[in-house]
Amino acid sequence: MADLLEFKNVTKVYSRGLLSRTTTTALSNVSLKLNENEPTIITVAGESGSGKTTLAMLLLGFITPTSGQILYKGQDISRLRGEDKMTFRREVQAVFQDPFAVFNPFYTVDHLLSVPINRFKLAKSKREARDKMAEALTAVGLRPEDVLGRFPHQISGGQRQRINVARALVLRPRLLVADEPVSMVDASLRASILETLRKLQKDYGVSIIYITHDLTTAYHIAKSIVVLYRGAVMEAGDVDTVIKSPQHPYTRLLIDSIPWPDISRRWGETEIKARESELTDHSAGCKFYARCPFAMEKCKIPPPLFRLSEHQAASCYLYGENLQIEAERLSELLPV
Amino acid sequence: MTTATLARSEVLQPSRLTLLLRYLRRNKGLAIGLFILLLLVLFTATGTATKDLNDAYPLSVKTKQPPSLEFPLGTDYFGRDLYVGMVVGLWQTALIGVLAGALGTLIGVVLGFISAYFGGWLDVIIKGICQILTPIPAFLIQVIIAGSLDKRDVTIYTMAFVVVLLAWMGPTLVIRSQVLTMKERQFVSVAKLSGMGDLSIIFSEIMPNLLPFIAAAFVGQVFFAVFSSFNLAVLGLGPLREPLLGNTIWAANQASAFFNNWWWWPMAPAVALVLILGSLALINMGLDELANPRVRRTE
Amino acid sequence: MADIFTWSITDATLDGAMKPVLEIVDLQVSYYTDAGRATALDGVSLTLNAEEKLGLVGESGSGKSTMALAMMRMIKPPGRIEGGRVIVDDTDLTALTDEAMLKARLSKIAYIPQGAMNSLNPVLRIGAQMVDAIRAHDPQASNSDIEERCRQALESVDLKRSVSKMYAHELSGGMKQRVCIAISILLKPKVIICDEPTSALDVVTQRQVMETIDHVQKQIGAAVILIGHDMGLMAQFVDKVAVMYAGRLMELSTVREMFTDPSHPYARALISSLPSLDNKGVFQGIPGLAPSLLRLPGGCAFHPRCTHVMEVCKTVRPKYETLPGGRKVACHLYSEKAS
Repeated sequence: MADLLEFKNVTKVYSRGLLSRTTTTALSNVSLKLNENEPTIITVAGESGSGKTTLAMLLLGFITPTSGQILYKGQDISRLRGEDKMTFRREVQAVFQDPFAVFNPFYTVDHLLSVPINRFKLAKSKREARDKMAEALTAVGLRPEDVLGRFPHQISGGQRQRINVARALVLRPRLLVADEPVSMVDASLRASILETLRKLQKDYGVSIIYITHDLTTAYHIAKSIVVLYRGAVMEAGDVDTVIKSPQHPYTRLLIDSIPWPDISRRWGETEIKARESELTDHSAGCKFYARCPFAMEKCKIPPPLFRLSEHQAASCYLYGENLQIEAERLSELLPV
Repeated sequence: MTTATLARSEVLQPSRLTLLLRYLRRNKGLAIGLFILLLLVLFTATGTATKDLNDAYPLSVKTKQPPSLEFPLGTDYFGRDLYVGMVVGLWQTALIGVLAGALGTLIGVVLGFISAYFGGWLDVIIKGICQILTPIPAFLIQVIIAGSLDKRDVTIYTMAFVVVLLAWMGPTLVIRSQVLTMKERQFVSVAKLSGMGDLSIIFSEIMPNLLPFIAAAFVGQVFFAVFSSFNLAVLGLGPLREPLLGNTIWAANQASAFFNNWWWWPMAPAVALVLILGSLALINMGLDELANPRVRRTE
Repeated sequence: MADIFTWSITDATLDGAMKPVLEIVDLQVSYYTDAGRATALDGVSLTLNAEEKLGLVGESGSGKSTMALAMMRMIKPPGRIEGGRVIVDDTDLTALTDEAMLKARLSKIAYIPQGAMNSLNPVLRIGAQMVDAIRAHDPQASNSDIEERCRQALESVDLKRSVSKMYAHELSGGMKQRVCIAISILLKPKVIICDEPTSALDVVTQRQVMETIDHVQKQIGAAVILIGHDMGLMAQFVDKVAVMYAGRLMELSTVREMFTDPSHPYARALISSLPSLDNKGVFQGIPGLAPSLLRLPGGCAFHPRCTHVMEVCKTVRPKYETLPGGRKVACHLYSEKAS
């Protein structure tokens, strides 16, 4: 069974400044595997600064890792050339957060759909292209005559994001990176966009990496979850288990702070230790050390992943008694 | 505040012309500038059609005549019909302006794009050259070069070239910074994901959005070219036989026109210059407002 | 006098307990665009008592941000306040001169906009900005008084005194937002309007900021209006919820009523479209699109999308009435029950 995508011990470090180089570790030693024959939806959850955007950029090939490899169908993506590269481009697509930013204001919204159809030769004639566009637009709940020929500023935010998803439908990629696809969309529309994403996975066999900080939507759409904090994996596993019974202190804090639309579930009493300074990089040990209510001496050494059950693991010494699992084997925890 | 979609059948979309006219009403600078330019163009066109253009050159008509019905702007010491002189001079000035302007803008666009999009060493070199050349007093260099040319070599075309030499840095830097910001926009990332190559992205995605800037840069360059060539001509460094505006003033100065009571002689080119530069400046400001939405005033 | 500048809880609870501190009467705001006149607010009325927290929810285009701007009299052309009154602490803000309104802003009514952290001056230290705000309203105040007020404000939002010496870029997003809250309470306003104050923040920081707003509100006894579209935040934070649609108020209930048994069909649809931990995988949206404010449907603005639409809904606009029990609804389904 071939691997569609493999993230092998990927680390990304940014360094700034000429004289005194300050380094920021955006991602440290993250591994992930996606199987070709089992399309699934994985959530990469984290707040800002967690590295989730860096992960997306690496996946799409916009930036290269400092160490580690990213393999698509067995080939290192930074070495792809010619037709293989074109195939990679066609098969790995994205839906971004800001519905407006993806449109070129100079062109009508058709441009977003027609360019890839053209480039990847997905239609043999102009008529076929138009049909495909109309079909995709209808599938996301839009009437083609309502949006085609319009400029992006002439339609609503919800419609724009739907067109973005329609683009993904037209392209039928193998892997879709959805970076906060519904966070800038009205609550009433989120449901249908998420439903379309699920359809992509179920009916068209697309694997989706759903990147978000909103665990409620993640819970509804994904099967497995990886929780990132400051570039490191805190907890990973089956989404039901992790969200309903989080084990890592960070995940607990995260879940506790979610504003559930449920008055019987008010914000918990877990105290929040504020992040005093954003700029210092406490990268020596566990990334969560400075804010963890259970911090111990040994946390100054980065904890490995400890397996808690078949589909859950947390990198926290609180579970030091459990079996360790290497970072590379993270995917074994994630159900499909 | 975003309003929801209006179904096509419900709302009348104002026609393109109406939108243009409405915009001109808001952007009065642009409107007035264009209007003056239109007048000048009409003046030149009718003049070329009705008058004998040779009258613009010396020894064509009676000398030193004040403005009259026969000679609407009078004649000068050398026997030029100043009206025809203005007609010819205006379009020659325009030619220098447009030539130098176009060349300067073209260099700016090419270098600006290369520098910003590809970055790296190219960017460092191009940016460095621009930054070194910019503080050099352009006029001084122009005078030196124009002054050292053989009188017979000075034509409209050489003047345009002299003017462009130190004018291209401005557009280069401006366009470079615009491309740098555009390059980071998400629609460029999406274009890459859609399989577009670098050149396609430059021409199809980024360039169209920069058209207002390029237009504004062009008008700025034309302004600079007209102004610089005028200054050179006033010093007597232009192609002396041609009725260029600056030449006319230089000649008038040489012949002490004001002291001799031939007031009409330098008056005509002066007014013409004010009109040209004024309209170009207004158009430039107007285009600035169009290009930069932050400067745009709301209705 | 020293006690103007000291905070006391007694200040807050003594007066304003029963009398409404904010009264909006029939507010009308329109925008005159190239394509016609858009009715952003169409006769909105509500009252708020001291220490009450009201949540104003609606989709984009529902008019909730316009409400905030109208209350602050910050509507710019082509928008205009066409009618209605906004009475804060016995003063009708709509009737004030521009200069008087300048004074009223921050001292009577404060506004924390979306992305407020981007509205901090990047070249001034935080302390200087706070001093600016106070001086603009009270040029005679002494330096020591001002310093004391700033210190207290920062303390209320759980920031160290050293923050006043910092620049905006040295602070995190959450800290910047808390600075904005501190600035907004410097003059002890009676009403604080928060327009999606946490939309750019992470979940944990968001909770921290909301808990801060809750804390300062209790401390100065102000009323708070939280504007947003995140129903979850409302459930955690407010006492009452008002639902807006197409510039009109559809329902106003207590938070408990809204989440357990909403009356208006639109509110009902909103609540049932919320994802919860119990029904995994069930997605329910609201079919249709919000109407254009240029061409509102006749009668009830929601009727084209309503599952309980009746004939009368298409032609007669339902009155915004009080039901027994205190909640207010604008819906023909309840017009007989109204008092």
